[in-house]
Amino acid sequence: MGSYLRGIHTPHRKGTKKNPTIRMEIPQTVAIPMSMHIGKPAVPIVKAGDLVKVGTKIAEADGYISSDIYSSVSGKVIKLTDYLLYNGSTTTAVVIESDGEMTPDNTIAPPVVNSQKDLIDAVKASGIVGLGGAGFPTYVKLNVEPEKIDYIIINGAECEPYVTSDTVSMLTRTEDMIIALNAFNRYLGVKNVIIGIEKNNKTAAKSMKKMASSIIDFSVKVQILPDIYPQGGEKVLVYHTTGRKITGRKLPIDVGCVVLNCTTVAAIGAYLRTGMPLVEKCVTVEGGAVKNPQNVITPIGTSIKDLFDCCGGLTEQPAKIVYGGPMMGISVPNTDFSIIKNTNAILALTNKEAKLPKTTACIRCGACLNTCPFSLAPVSIAEAYEKKNLSLLTELSVLSCMECGCCSFVCPANRPLVQLNKLAKQFVNEEAKKEAQNQ
Amino acid sequence: MSSLTKVMVSPHIHSGKSTSGIMLDVIISLLPATIAGTFIFGLRSLLIVLVCVLSSVLFEALFNYIIKKDQTISDLSAAVTGLLLALNLSVNVPLWQCVIGSLFAIVIVKCIFGGIGKNLVNPAMTARVFMVIAFSSIAVPAFPIDSVATATPLSAEIMPSLLDLFIGNRGGAIGETCTVALLIGGIYLIVRKVISFHIPVAFIGMVFIFSFFYKGFNMVDALSLTMSGGLFIGAFFMATDYTTSPSTPLGKVIFGLGAGLITCLIRYYGIYPEGVSFAILFMNILTPYISSWTRRKVFTAGGNK
Repeated sequence: MGSYLRGIHTPHRKGTKKNPTIRMEIPQTVAIPMSMHIGKPAVPIVKAGDLVKVGTKIAEADGYISSDIYSSVSGKVIKLTDYLLYNGSTTTAVVIESDGEMTPDNTIAPPVVNSQKDLIDAVKASGIVGLGGAGFPTYVKLNVEPEKIDYIIINGAECEPYVTSDTVSMLTRTEDMIIALNAFNRYLGVKNVIIGIEKNNKTAAKSMKKMASSIIDFSVKVQILPDIYPQGGEKVLVYHTTGRKITGRKLPIDVGCVVLNCTTVAAIGAYLRTGMPLVEKCVTVEGGAVKNPQNVITPIGTSIKDLFDCCGGLTEQPAKIVYGGPMMGISVPNTDFSIIKNTNAILALTNKEAKLPKTTACIRCGACLNTCPFSLAPVSIAEAYEKKNLSLLTELSVLSCMECGCCSFVCPANRPLVQLNKLAKQFVNEEAKKEAQNQ
Repeated sequence: MSSLTKVMVSPHIHSGKSTSGIMLDVIISLLPATIAGTFIFGLRSLLIVLVCVLSSVLFEALFNYIIKKDQTISDLSAAVTGLLLALNLSVNVPLWQCVIGSLFAIVIVKCIFGGIGKNLVNPAMTARVFMVIAFSSIAVPAFPIDSVATATPLSAEIMPSLLDLFIGNRGGAIGETCTVALLIGGIYLIVRKVISFHIPVAFIGMVFIFSFFYKGFNMVDALSLTMSGGLFIGAFFMATDYTTSPSTPLGKVIFGLGAGLITCLIRYYGIYPEGVSFAILFMNILTPYISSWTRRKVFTAGGNK
């Protein structure tokens, strides 16, 4: 295997790792959006006035790449409404008023799994999507010919600053992870599991090693990785754990790997054990403006406002509220947004934390080139985009950019490099679409 | 929460590195050579430094003011250019020539091409070349104030001792003679990760090896020639200019080796006694080509697109 890919050393600020995880009080209402995954939005199957319980299905997956959605509280559906998602797109949301009871649906029972198909169906029915942030329906990843899977790689490299919810999973949900891994072994024939963890996350590594040593039927290996950002990037993780390169538009499965976030694995185990679908999420609530930063287990659909209130509220007006980590997270204008399936952190950053220097002229220092994990030339891409030079953008492999933001982070002139690279990708994709239409 | 919070594309944090921070490091790294030059050539050295720095900053401020561009002098790059120019001049240079040199460096070489990051060649280096050609005064190097050495090594019959060359007790420009001071500054820049070692090592290494062969495998002569002229200040501080040198390690090595080779060709076969400035200038012009030849292979390239 070659050397490690480049990356950056970010500040860690992972203080919440040491604080106890609390369970959120039952919110009065939840707004559950129909688009909490990559793929087509789910179709609501409830209407205003319907009574639901925890785990009652409220929306059906629409097509192959989509996901079922379940009520996270017991109570009454108030309305179906247009809803602005944190990423700026719009969808429908089911708003449910809680009765304060959290009564589980009576149909909830552990799934009967005796074959690969049963397992895939169970994962599909659980409503689980990639919980690390991507939100790709998990059953689709597992729905492959079992012979193709050489490795299941568990992503425990929580490389974003602040975020510790995956670490909490690795510390507290090992039993569920074991259930899931045993099922993968039995029904998918998985013989090799690699858990990738950054070397500075010693407690998680210890917990995972203990878990690995308890499994004897197949190989579970904990691999300690460099503590650089973006260690948790899928292609980076696969390369660093197996030495396999995912080129072009290939997927991990094309090189024999299935990459699952550690929290996703724990969620699968929990579903197999209880039959309760994905209705709650552990979220890191952090940032200088949060009074009591901690991890909170919260029903899906809870508003950020309720979440902040449960952490003692905000001590000052935050400069930014961010979904996810500060490197790739999305900032939102207020606290009305809901916690969704793949939310792993909500940050309320102070002015000081979120202060970005003024953008000045590029001094051609090469910091972006010498930082990009994929050896792209971010500044050349940005310049080519500004000139709308399609052929140069293609030559510079702009579509390979994973948008990790290392280039912008290190730029001494604070050029908006990853930002322009994102626009460049969009531009190239749109031009390709136009060309396809013309042919 | 009353008002709306800022919505921006990620990343939401920054390393805190800045252009002015980098330039400040360069200024710090040049202080040993400035102090050494003042000891070797006298207090007038400081006056020249002052005039060059002030006029460089002033010309940039003035240029920005006239063309109504945002002021850029706080990035300290003009101060670095002024300091580097001063250190590349003879202590005897008339002050008005310093002002003209600064004007040339800042306005002609840098500002009219678009300012920092847009210049094709290194401003201080090009101004020095301009002054060598335009004013004969700087082509005739000064000599240390309390030294028995009487000639600049490259044009002399007798070489100063290795120790004199190392501590800078020889003729030359203000900041170029004290090898040890330049080494300290260069190592500071490498440790602070402002520059990488590739260009200085390739550049100085090439000159040393070429000289070693040229002088018939004489180690002492080769070392003397390596520590002569403006090689160290050029290799550590001028050739490593971000804008005018390649960014990848391979590109930097090619740049350094090329500059070393041209330096030796000019020194040993050309009409000028010193070739560092011309060599860097020439490699500056080749930089865009070297950069495109040495572009890294994209990690995820290949496979089915």
